[in-house]
Amino acid sequence: MRIALIGQPNCGKSTLFNQVAGYKAETGNFTGTTVTFTESSVRVGGETIEVVDLPGTYTLAGTNPAEREASRYLLSEDVDLIINVLDASHVAQGLELTLELLAMKAPVIVAMNMMDEASRIGLRLDGPALQAKLGVPVMPLVASRGRGVKPLFLTALRMGKKESIDTSNYLEIEENERMARHRLASDLERKFVKRGERRVSKRDRLDDFLLHPFWGYVGLILILYAFFQVVYGAGVLIEKPLLAYLETITTQAAAYLGEGKLFTEIIIGALQGVIAGLGIVLPYLVPFLLGLGLLEDIGYMSRVAFLMDALMHRIGLHGKAIVPFILGYGCNVPAVMSTRTLDDPKERFVAAALATLVPCAAILSVVFGLVAFYLGPLMALILYLLNIFTIALVGRILTAMIPEDTPGLILEIPPYRIPTLRTVTQKAWFRIKEFLVEAWPLLIAGSAILALANYFHAADFFNILFRPITWTLGLPAATGVPLIFGIFRKELSLVMLGQALGSMNFDTVFTSVQMITFTVFVMFYIPCLATLGALRRELGTKDMFAITGLTVVIAMITALLSRGVAMIFF
Amino acid sequence: MVLLDVKKGDLVRILRLDGGTGLEDKLTQHGIYPGDCVRVLREAPMGGPLLVDVHGREIALGRGVAKKIFVEDKECE
Repeated sequence: MRIALIGQPNCGKSTLFNQVAGYKAETGNFTGTTVTFTESSVRVGGETIEVVDLPGTYTLAGTNPAEREASRYLLSEDVDLIINVLDASHVAQGLELTLELLAMKAPVIVAMNMMDEASRIGLRLDGPALQAKLGVPVMPLVASRGRGVKPLFLTALRMGKKESIDTSNYLEIEENERMARHRLASDLERKFVKRGERRVSKRDRLDDFLLHPFWGYVGLILILYAFFQVVYGAGVLIEKPLLAYLETITTQAAAYLGEGKLFTEIIIGALQGVIAGLGIVLPYLVPFLLGLGLLEDIGYMSRVAFLMDALMHRIGLHGKAIVPFILGYGCNVPAVMSTRTLDDPKERFVAAALATLVPCAAILSVVFGLVAFYLGPLMALILYLLNIFTIALVGRILTAMIPEDTPGLILEIPPYRIPTLRTVTQKAWFRIKEFLVEAWPLLIAGSAILALANYFHAADFFNILFRPITWTLGLPAATGVPLIFGIFRKELSLVMLGQALGSMNFDTVFTSVQMITFTVFVMFYIPCLATLGALRRELGTKDMFAITGLTVVIAMITALLSRGVAMIFF
Repeated sequence: MVLLDVKKGDLVRILRLDGGTGLEDKLTQHGIYPGDCVRVLREAPMGGPLLVDVHGREIALGRGVAKKIFVEDKECE
C-alpha cells in the first residue's frame, strides 16, 4: 500500500513523515524545504506500507518545478490513499487544496496539524462538524510532538485497504475553479472555526525587534556573529587538545612500526585521514549544523529573507533566493537543489551559480582550521565578508548579462515555533551522517593513497599539472595534490595539505600570505563532486561546465587580489 | 490606489491584481485574492518588501508586487 502526504508549504508534512519513517527528510520552518519526494517503508499496526513525502504545494495546478512534481506524482503513481496535511491555524488556506482533491474524488484523509499552535492563537476547530461536511475523515495532529500520529495512520491503513472509497458523501464542488474554491474555503472556515481571544505572547512581539527597520539588522548581525562565535568557540575548544593528543599517537605509531617503511607510510597516511575527520572537520561541523538547524526550526530564516530582500535585489535576485545561500553554508548540494523553488529559469541559474560560491561547512573547516586557528577569528570573518562581497559582485555581473525582470518577492513568514530537541538533533545527525559515511572513508583512503604516492614520488606529476595555478598564486608546488583532492571533498584540501607539506602545524610550512591565498582559492574554485552532480541534475551538463569555469576564474582573481593585499599587511 | 501606497497599520480591501496571469497565479496560490482584506504590518527599509497580514497569515511582498495590487480603503470586517 502506498500513502502520499500532501499539503501546503510549511504545514509540517516532512515533520509527520519523519515521525513515522525516522529522520529521512529535511525539515525547516520555511517554505520549500522539501523539493523532491522522499519515500520510505513504514511498519504500522503490523503491516508494511510505503509513505511518500511530497513537496509542499498550494495547488495541484502549480507553476514552479517543486509544485509540479507533487501533482505529477499524485496523478501518475498508484497512490492508495492521500493524507492531506493542513495547518490548523490557517484552515481556509489549506482547504483550497483539499477542495481540489475532493473534486478529483481522490481517497483523502485530512490531518489538522499544529493544533497546539491553533489553540495558542485562540482558534477552536469543530472537527466532527467539518468531517461531516467534507465527507472525509478529519483527524487532529501535532506532528512535532508525535501526538495523533498513530490514530491517523491506523485510520489511513483501514481506508487504504478498502477496494474502493465511498465518495458519495464527498462535499459537492459545484464550481471547480480557484476563485470559487477560495470563497468556499473561506465560508467553511467561518462556519467551523471559532475565533476566540488571541493570547498575545512574547513570541508575537518578537518581530517588533527582529523585523524592525533598524534593530532588525542589528539583531541579524548579532545573531550571525554569536552563531560564528559559538561555532568557533566550540570548535577550538575541542580541536586543540584533540589534535595534540592525536599527533602524539601518530608519532608513537610511526616509531613503533619503524620509520621510512612503505607499510608505515600507508598506515600513517590513513591515520592522518582519521585524525582530520575527528580533529578538524567534526569539531566545527557538529556545532554549525546544530546551530543552523535551530535557526531554521525557530523560523528565523524567512525573516532573514524579508530583511535581505532589498539587498538581494541589488544582485538581481529576490529575498527568496536567500534560502539557497543560507543552506549553502551547510552544504552546497541542498542549496543547489533548493533553487528549484524559484520560478524563473534564469533566476535558478544565477542562484545556483552563486550558491556554489558560498563556503560550505567543509570549507568552513578549512577557513577555521587554517586561517582562524593561525591568524585569528577576525581574519576568518574578513574572508567571509570578502566572500559575500564577491558573490554580490558576480551576481550583479551575471544578472546584467542575462536581463529579464524578476516578479519580486512573495513569501510566507511563518510564526515562530519552539523547536523540539529531537528534530534539531535528528536534522544535524542526518547531515553529519553524510560526512561520516561518504566523506570520511574517502578522506582516509585518499590520505593513504597520497602517502603512497608520496613514497613513490608520484605526487610530483599531479603537482606539475597544477603548477601554472600554484606558481601564479605563489604557493608551494606541493599544494597541487591537495587542490585536486579538494574537488572530491573540500575538507580534503586541508587534510591533504598536511600530508603534502609533511606537517599539520601549518605555520611551520606556510607563510601567513600563503595561508590566505590558499584559503581564498579553495573557497571559490571548482565545486565538489557532489555539488557538480546536483548542478547537472538541476541545470544540465552545459550549465554545470559553465559554472565550473566561472568558479575557476573567480578563484584566480580573488586569490591573486587577496595575495596582493595580504603582502602589504604581513 | 495600490497596496504600496497604504499606510502601515491600515486595513484595505483588494480590488484587483494587475500583474499578468503569472503574478496573479502566484498571489492566489499564496491565498491572496481580489475581495480579501489585507493589513500592512511592516515595511523593510531601503526599498525592501512589505509585510502584510491576510486572514491571519503573514506574507512578505516585494515592492514591485505591491505596486500591482489595487486596493480600496473601504469597509473591511
